[in-house]
Amino acid sequence: MTVETDPSATFAAYAHPDRLVSTDWLQAHLGDPGLVVVESDEDVILYETGHIPGAVKIDWHTDLNDPVERDYIDGAGFAGLLSRKGISRDSTVVIYGDKSNWWAAYALWVFTLFGHDDVRLLDGGRAKWIAEGRELSTDREAAEPAEYPVVERADAPIRAFKDDVLAHFGHPLIDVRSPEEYSGERTTAPAYPEEGSLRAGHIPSAVSVPWARAAAEDATFRPRAELDAIYRDEAGLTGDEPVIAYCRIGERSSHTWFVLTHLLGLENVRNYDGSWTEWGSAVRVPIVQGTAPGTAPEPR
Amino acid sequence: MSTVDLPSQLAEIREDFLALEQPDRLMLLLEFSNELPDLPEKYRDHPDLFERVVECQSPVFIFVEVDDDRSVHLYATAPAESPTTRGFASILAQGLDGLSVDEVLAVPDDYPQSIGLTQAVSPLRLRGITAMLGRTKRQLRERQSALG
Repeated sequence: MTVETDPSATFAAYAHPDRLVSTDWLQAHLGDPGLVVVESDEDVILYETGHIPGAVKIDWHTDLNDPVERDYIDGAGFAGLLSRKGISRDSTVVIYGDKSNWWAAYALWVFTLFGHDDVRLLDGGRAKWIAEGRELSTDREAAEPAEYPVVERADAPIRAFKDDVLAHFGHPLIDVRSPEEYSGERTTAPAYPEEGSLRAGHIPSAVSVPWARAAAEDATFRPRAELDAIYRDEAGLTGDEPVIAYCRIGERSSHTWFVLTHLLGLENVRNYDGSWTEWGSAVRVPIVQGTAPGTAPEPR
Repeated sequence: MSTVDLPSQLAEIREDFLALEQPDRLMLLLEFSNELPDLPEKYRDHPDLFERVVECQSPVFIFVEVDDDRSVHLYATAPAESPTTRGFASILAQGLDGLSVDEVLAVPDDYPQSIGLTQAVSPLRLRGITAMLGRTKRQLRERQSALG
């Protein structure tokens, strides 16, 4: 069962307006059969301080990542997780979270790896819901378990690996990290010193567009015209070529992946989740330092 | 894990965490978060005294006081929307409160890794609390050398 989409005029200009819902829409549809609301935050106990009534919690670190290998959970793991959270294959899933939906977009991207059809973001995320004075609940998560089938992850369409990036040279790359990380002044995100790498800089030819430029002050996505100005006019994306976005571990670039894929409607956008923590420590891969993108090497 | 004898209040906090299953450890961390004391009146309007813990991803500020009895008090502020960080600050504020300078300096640097949260909280989040402890000790060492 799929819940109707949000007809809000705010979203009409986006390529896939069905991928967003407004806080008004969500308020009106809470409790609808077939709808599951998921909170996904950076902070591991923020959900417990108060969440949208009925929402379940999915943690990027403990739920979506394999605990041993650097990879996402497999089909059986995903089926087990979603079953526990009361999500069926045909559920409408609305994800929201802190930090302008940074981690919510990451969770949405992982849902997409498993081909979950109807997964949307709450525009403005947790911050907007709270700013509008809407209800929060501290009830413990109480999901009625569901049956979710084991579906193997399909990485190729939206996930890029290091070798894919080496073969991609000549096509657009978007670096969504901070300007300091891009230029090579630092190997870590400001305030994220643990996720370092051995070398600093960026992948040759990658254009710098920090992820948060796509978010407005109130954590909603910027209007279509502003996004077009940033990604098409300024970064030069035309939609005719495949694009790869990356950051440090692939979470900030999930946000950009969402913007390019669902709001601007670009096809063939992949997220390189190995990102700088892999590239910046890999042996014999090309790196450029400074504020200029540099030229693309021959594809390998 | 270090085997140095811990001050009893830090040892108790550790035991409380380790006695719980993983999900309940997070609930205990949330309790600590809610218990982070407000700043005492005399320090409320003194942002100059506070040092930012830049290793934390959210704005956390600490100030270490050594009172007339040479007892240590750690004061910290952290935003409500960062309960994990608040919880860590609260663990240290409660765990170190009233210890002597030497006792605080002797707390093992890896204490934050020993309280059973390394699975539930990603390594870089634990780095924040480790840095809070490190900065607390540094402030105390500076204070000591200033006193000669």
